[in-house]
Amino acid sequence: MTRPETGGAKPPRTWRKPPFIANPLLRYGLLGVVAVYLVWAFATLPFNWERISEGLPRAARIFGGGFPPNFSRFDLLLTGFTESLQIAILATLLGVLLSIPFAVMAARNVAPLPVYLLGRAVIIVSRSFHPVIVAILFVAAVGFGPLAGILTLTLYSIGFVGKLLAEEIEEIDWGQVEAMRATGAGYLATLYYAVFPQILPRQVGLSMYQLDSNLRASAVVGIVGAGGIGSTLMNAFGRYDYDFAFAILLVIIAVILVSEGVSGWVRKKIW
Amino acid sequence: MLEISNLIKRYGHDEPVLKGLDLSVEDNSVVAIVGASGAGKSTMLRCINRLVEPTSGSITLNGSELVNLRHRELRHARRKIGMVFQGFNLIDRLTVMENVLAGRLGYVNLFQAVTRRYPATDIERAFVLMERVGIAHYANKRADELSGGERQRVGVVRALMQEPEVLLADEPTASLDPRTSEQIMVLLQSLASELSLPVLINIHNVAQARTYTDRIVGLRHGTMIFDGTPADFDKEALDAIYGGIESPEDETASPQADHGKSEEEVRHDST
Repeated sequence: MTRPETGGAKPPRTWRKPPFIANPLLRYGLLGVVAVYLVWAFATLPFNWERISEGLPRAARIFGGGFPPNFSRFDLLLTGFTESLQIAILATLLGVLLSIPFAVMAARNVAPLPVYLLGRAVIIVSRSFHPVIVAILFVAAVGFGPLAGILTLTLYSIGFVGKLLAEEIEEIDWGQVEAMRATGAGYLATLYYAVFPQILPRQVGLSMYQLDSNLRASAVVGIVGAGGIGSTLMNAFGRYDYDFAFAILLVIIAVILVSEGVSGWVRKKIW
Repeated sequence: MLEISNLIKRYGHDEPVLKGLDLSVEDNSVVAIVGASGAGKSTMLRCINRLVEPTSGSITLNGSELVNLRHRELRHARRKIGMVFQGFNLIDRLTVMENVLAGRLGYVNLFQAVTRRYPATDIERAFVLMERVGIAHYANKRADELSGGERQRVGVVRALMQEPEVLLADEPTASLDPRTSEQIMVLLQSLASELSLPVLINIHNVAQARTYTDRIVGLRHGTMIFDGTPADFDKEALDAIYGGIESPEDETASPQADHGKSEEEVRHDST
């Protein structure tokens, strides 16, 4: 047995983490490009400093007007929130249910190529726009109110849950599918027995996450007229009721904290 | 009676995995198929129930041709071919009873499958078979709570639920400890004679092949090089099947190198 020699005559060896980009020219070149771009971007964007300085007292007035928050119109607040909650829950249920067929379509291992491309296309389209933009379109299409909110968030849920679920399907244990095929099971029976049980825990977790996410988004899409607490908030701002608006903001924060806590707890329980 | 003639399987433009196999198996005989990893054992078995598409050749089961069947006809043919897998391939999150009943998926309609409303005769058959192999008391347990040997018994019962006319076993004991694998071999052997069912078993363990089967078929590089009774299977046959697999002319290769190579092959085979 030989022990590693410590404190011998040899100088201690040194080690440095290898750089992320090996080529020094490329490494410093990229840094230089980023720096130049930042300077150029700041120099060319029209910041009007005069206006900004004029606006600051106005901002101070708004925030000042918000104190103390005014909870006197609590029933209005409650109505708005109930509607937001209804929008979020309905959109989550619809979205999660619809995401299953789209996820199956968008999973390369269980869908034939044309169906796969269609499924991917649906998911990509529903993911490519922020819910606010979609909400503007739906408000234009079906008018102000909760229906536009539900449609928006359903689409949003299909995109998000569908994409993650499709990836989950692509990673299942294929042996179970083979076993079901070997019994002579048809396509749908194979899906029900070999695929769905494997993705079920993930699906429940995603649904909880999506409910949480839809609750936040329902407040945002309300601002463009898709119903719920967002609409109440927008009205309060429009009427310069800053104290009421501030009360709404506080309640939104509280509700989202609670929903995040609950969904996190549920997801931890099932995983 | 299972008859395979001139079976060829080629993946892409590579060297064929199976090079014109001929094999016929009488009813109620247990046939062991031995061969090194990559010899084509698993491919041959999977060609029979068409989990792998044969490139050319003919496979008939009790007179009806299996190659070229499509869709519904293929599913109906698969019902008559039970398969037992190395990794068991049970639906882990479902109960033992659901796994066993899954063997009837080729017979029941989708509604019955999804709602688990299997015909009473199927349920009775499931209990009888589970009692036969000693797992009836696990009916309501989740499949992933069972031990390896018990899981393979579920796999065997699932295959028998199909009322098969031939049973394929793809290395059914390779994931089990020696004692349990003996038990599974005894089970397969006795079931074959009880149900007068031809059984094809891919197996690595030559000692077990000798003890529990009536006939041994040796494959090497996709061709059959041995076919005879266990008594005929001597040292010479063993060497012909397993000896110098990688490069017969390179006799000086060190044992370590050989070992590494065979490990690599195993990994390749399992993908």
